[in-house]
Amino acid sequence: MEMWVKDLSVARAGIPVLEAVSFRLLPGQALVLRGPNGIGKTTLLRTLAGLQPALAGEVVVGAESVAYAAHADGVKAVLTVAENLAFWAAAYGTDAVAGALAAMNLEALADRRAANLSAGQKRRLGLARLLVTGRPIWVMDEPTISLDQASVMLFAGVVARHLAAGGSALIATHIDLGLEAEVLDLTPFKARAPQAGGRIGAFDEAFG
Amino acid sequence: MIALLIRDLRLAVRAGGGFGLGLAFFLLVAVIVPLGVGPEPAVLARIAPGILWVGALLACLLSLDRIFALDFEDGSLDLLATSPMPLEGVVAVKALAHWLVTGLPLVLAAPVLAVLLNLPGAGFLWLVASLALGTPALSVIGAFGAALTVGVKRGGLLMSLLVLPLYMPTLIFGAEVVKRGAAGMAVATPLALLAGITAGAVALLPFASAAAIRVNLR
Amino acid sequence: MSIWEYANPKRFMQTSSLLLPWVTAAAVLCLVIGLVWGAFFTPEADKFGSTVKIIYLHVPAAMMAISAWMMMLVTSLIWLIRRHHVSALSAKAAAPIGLTFTLIGLVTGAIWGQPMWGTWWAWDPRLTSFLILALFYLGYIALWEAVEDRDTAADLTSVLCIVGSVFAFLSRYAVLFWNQGLHQGASLSIDKEEHVADVYSSPLYVCIAGFVLLFVTLVLLRTRTEIRARRLSALLARERLA
Repeated sequence: MEMWVKDLSVARAGIPVLEAVSFRLLPGQALVLRGPNGIGKTTLLRTLAGLQPALAGEVVVGAESVAYAAHADGVKAVLTVAENLAFWAAAYGTDAVAGALAAMNLEALADRRAANLSAGQKRRLGLARLLVTGRPIWVMDEPTISLDQASVMLFAGVVARHLAAGGSALIATHIDLGLEAEVLDLTPFKARAPQAGGRIGAFDEAFG
Repeated sequence: MIALLIRDLRLAVRAGGGFGLGLAFFLLVAVIVPLGVGPEPAVLARIAPGILWVGALLACLLSLDRIFALDFEDGSLDLLATSPMPLEGVVAVKALAHWLVTGLPLVLAAPVLAVLLNLPGAGFLWLVASLALGTPALSVIGAFGAALTVGVKRGGLLMSLLVLPLYMPTLIFGAEVVKRGAAGMAVATPLALLAGITAGAVALLPFASAAAIRVNLR
Repeated sequence: MSIWEYANPKRFMQTSSLLLPWVTAAAVLCLVIGLVWGAFFTPEADKFGSTVKIIYLHVPAAMMAISAWMMMLVTSLIWLIRRHHVSALSAKAAAPIGLTFTLIGLVTGAIWGQPMWGTWWAWDPRLTSFLILALFYLGYIALWEAVEDRDTAADLTSVLCIVGSVFAFLSRYAVLFWNQGLHQGASLSIDKEEHVADVYSSPLYVCIAGFVLLFVTLVLLRTRTEIRARRLSALLARERLA
């Protein structure tokens, strides 16, 4: 399962933010997205996850192969840790809850309500969700926020095992995870103003 | 899908305010109206069908913003939209969960409140029947309103403005069933029309709601 | 040449600026002729007396109230299918006009109802349907205002317009079922014997034409304003980008 991004342009609220982004993500590979705040990392990831349409370009990726982890964890506070994961496992039709709990060191917390977790523990739960999806391509938006050093290493280990098993990962992060990963700096892809030859929306085009 | 239904029911039960609030509101309407219009049994009996239907409708309206707003805020809606479940199905299941938590208790509680409002004996059966047939439409239409306004901050009032006009046919036919039933008249026509609206809404509106959510998540 | 070329904003601005003076003049001409003819040169009716003359406002306004919603439905569909911005903006532009026509219909009806039926308001099916129509307009306009991103707002209001049309139609029949009413049948119809006499209907047709032209004028004007506002925000965004 590979992800092939060709000449992709993405827009936030109708305004182009990135243009002509191209890369190829092969099985076993990790790609780290870098770039200053507001460059459009989240917009790019949401487009790749299928939440918003691309302005131009193409994303070639196998059906049902992407698992997306957003900024927000989508953790339900009144459900226990195990219940949260069990729901996503059922949604994706897998049975990997126990393994995911073990991998993210959540076994001791399995029966605790998510409301009583610390921010870092909640984040670990959010990331454990990726493991129960059973999907090969992980698309992650700042996965290490509010994780302590030990948890970051734990998570890096999980990603490394995922890669070794033939999965791949696309990570927007500023932290060095210690993975063997290519780095893609998005700064050169910043959308140019139309005067400078940048892409413009169909609506503005009409005004010449 | 069933996992989502169980999750939503669990959330409603544990978070509190799911079962309880709508029902309490319905009870309050049934108490407040006699205080407002006076205790004459004949007057109450005449307005009971309408009051009970309006009360059920408003109780339903109260809890609508919970259908998607909480999932939108904590990011679950993004994750649900990228999950293998079709979004139309997600919407339908969430509307079903809303009905089980809000609509069904209203149906079951209505006969008790009908006693308070002095509904004639012949109307009880039709009250329960019309609410059982009509409240699913209220949940599905409400889910559509909630889907339209999910991205709007403090969209509760706007949602009421959008949803209430859509509720009118259901309200008219539902209350008409009870009115006619209580008066011993034939109820087949409004009952069939009510069922028709519910069937149409349940079948078609999830598509519109899913489209609205996709637009709002973009 | 395809009709869709007029959906290009630039083309629309050019064409509409050429059309506007003519449409405006025609609207004023029709309204002045129709209203003066109707108000001063028609006989007083046996049953109604001089109150009948309000039909020259009431009937066209009511017709346009429904037509405006139909137009919004069509342009919403065009936006959803073909993604022409002008189409979405014209639907947005038409909504307040449609609401105004609805309110004119309701108010003139109330003024007429007072001497005729002895009441300003009755829960008659037609009156009730119009009140519900006004609520649909209100909700539609409120949704446009509440959603910040304009393309998102266009999509959401289009979906609301389509679903709302179905429910407005259902409400119309639900209300008929609920109460049979005082309101007389349609004043004009092709096949019925009972419609109003020619002396009354001729100026009415002129007034209806006037209202249609007035609606076209206002929609063109407001759509032009929306396009300019939209262009302004596009320019501001472009400036931020540069």
